[in-house]
Amino acid sequence: MHRLMLLARLIDEAALRQNRMGRAPFVVPVSGHEGCQIGTAWPMRLGTDVWVPYYRDLGVVLVAGMTPEEVFLGIFSKAGDPSSGGRQMPAHWGYRRLGIVSHSSPIATQVPHAAGIAYAMRYRNEDAVVGCWFGEGATSEGDWHEGLNFAAIHRVPVVFVCENNEYAISVHQDKQMAVRDVASRAEGYGMPGVVVEGSDVLACFRAMREAHDRARAGQGPTLIECKTYRYLPHTSDDDDKSYRSRAEVEEHKHHDPIDRFVGYLIGRGLTDHERIQSLHDELKAEVDSALTSAWDAPDPDPALVGRHVFAEDDR
Amino acid sequence: MSEKTLVAAISDALHDEMAADDRVMLLGEDVGARGGVFKVSEGFLEEFGEDRVIDTPLAESAIVGVAIGMALRGLRPVAEIEFADFIHPAFDQIVSEAARMRYRTNGDWGCPMVIRAPCGGGIHGALYHSQSIEAFYAHVPGLKVVMPSTPADAAGMLRSAIRDPDPVLFLEHKKCYRLIKGEVPDDGATVPIGPADVKREGGDLTVVTYGFELHRCLEAAARLALDEGIEVEVVDARALAPLDTETILASVRKTSRAMVVYEDNRTYGAGAEIAATIAERAMFDLDAPLVRIGGPDIPAMPYAAPLEHAFMEPEPDQLYVRMLELARF
Repeated sequence: MHRLMLLARLIDEAALRQNRMGRAPFVVPVSGHEGCQIGTAWPMRLGTDVWVPYYRDLGVVLVAGMTPEEVFLGIFSKAGDPSSGGRQMPAHWGYRRLGIVSHSSPIATQVPHAAGIAYAMRYRNEDAVVGCWFGEGATSEGDWHEGLNFAAIHRVPVVFVCENNEYAISVHQDKQMAVRDVASRAEGYGMPGVVVEGSDVLACFRAMREAHDRARAGQGPTLIECKTYRYLPHTSDDDDKSYRSRAEVEEHKHHDPIDRFVGYLIGRGLTDHERIQSLHDELKAEVDSALTSAWDAPDPDPALVGRHVFAEDDR
Repeated sequence: MSEKTLVAAISDALHDEMAADDRVMLLGEDVGARGGVFKVSEGFLEEFGEDRVIDTPLAESAIVGVAIGMALRGLRPVAEIEFADFIHPAFDQIVSEAARMRYRTNGDWGCPMVIRAPCGGGIHGALYHSQSIEAFYAHVPGLKVVMPSTPADAAGMLRSAIRDPDPVLFLEHKKCYRLIKGEVPDDGATVPIGPADVKREGGDLTVVTYGFELHRCLEAAARLALDEGIEVEVVDARALAPLDTETILASVRKTSRAMVVYEDNRTYGAGAEIAATIAERAMFDLDAPLVRIGGPDIPAMPYAAPLEHAFMEPEPDQLYVRMLELARF
């Protein structure tokens, strides 16, 4: 868990540097969300369960099995980008072999997909669960409501995870909804709603494991709300100074999910500062190497821009 | 062969596909206990069960969005939009999601699904039960848009649509549902999605049309042959996207005169694309100016009978006159 949280952070920092160097036109930061992403992704079973993430979910797709090099192939929009072959913006995940469902930029459109996939799983009596992630802004969309409603009516095996970082780009939660907790909306759909501290990776893990168990047991969907915060702008094209103070951002950094987990691990005697530093160095080298190979990988071939419109031209 | 109405042909084909393949699901408003507002799925709930015949909440975006999820997980959903006029909340799911899934994943994921939608006017449906929606969707690469208008085509193309690896918007003209009867093969034959079809052969002029207008054009063409000895070739576009330009152009090159007829309001309609194709690629084969006949550019079809009638022009009489004028130009 700690390894992947740190890996997500290091990829994030490296990606933003690449952006500032002019080598990546667009990146989507994750820093601050590592606890809730790694924690809620952790109970998902590789090769069995299906992942329906949104664009900030670097941590989720790392748990699902995407490698740092594959992430950078997307950031540099290379031919080998597993999500889209360089067709979509970076961080628009998708990887059939890993069970990661492709998503688009319009918000919350993936939520009805999650309900439909889970319906198909139940129809075939498969022991499988769908995890579906989104931000709190997504909960204002009609598709979010329609997806949760359908999933709840049919009690299909899906867990909805809201990464509530208080801001939908610049719009604060106060202007997004009149309720304090997204999770309180769950009652209106007839499913349990759970609020969890997003910087506590283990709490997120426990909430997800419980919801995952419920889904597998045929007890239907759960809505988990992780209270989290993003340290960086919405994307590399955003300027968050226009809508929140530096003091506010710095205050949230005192509740960093990685520091919190490191404190826990050291406190329990499960690791020490030396091993933490050595892991950091190891992962840093891994990220640098992944970045370099991805940068050197071939670009997409413009001659193939017309491929894959229909199955007929997949060949 | 059995004689069936268009709606019965659709119902029977859908039934057969569901009976043959348990991946085929039907979901939509009132498709279960009610059997669909046009009775397409009457008796399906009893036969296939509520897991496969799903009465959904009144939420068009979810009907399509959930069907996309089912398709991604290996099922073959048929999503029914009760009236095409109500499809617009699902525009994003159809256009941003279903149509782009294969392209945006570089061929990794596909979205094999059918969206059925009864469309078209002339049934006292007013603004919100009469719309022609094909042009909005025919503009979107990655989505197949068809409107078969004979029972045999409807049955055969629905079978093809359900087996197609990509999303198909399957439009059913309501005025054709019970008015149009025809022979349908009993052997479950498919009709491919792609080729247009010459519904009446002739050497004097070409009319390209689809939907209910096909039947008006055929009627006018039959009278013209009888009265004037003018032989009109009527091409049923039937698949609007991708469009079979070769069949259309071959007919135009043969007759040297071309007319495009469609019910949708004229401006930016599917007929505009057909007319542009002819103008672009067969200009020097034409012996007369291209004629384009579409509905009026008003927001939608009004309710009162005289108003509805005014929208549904051209009647066969007018088509007859315009065809005669074009033949004699």
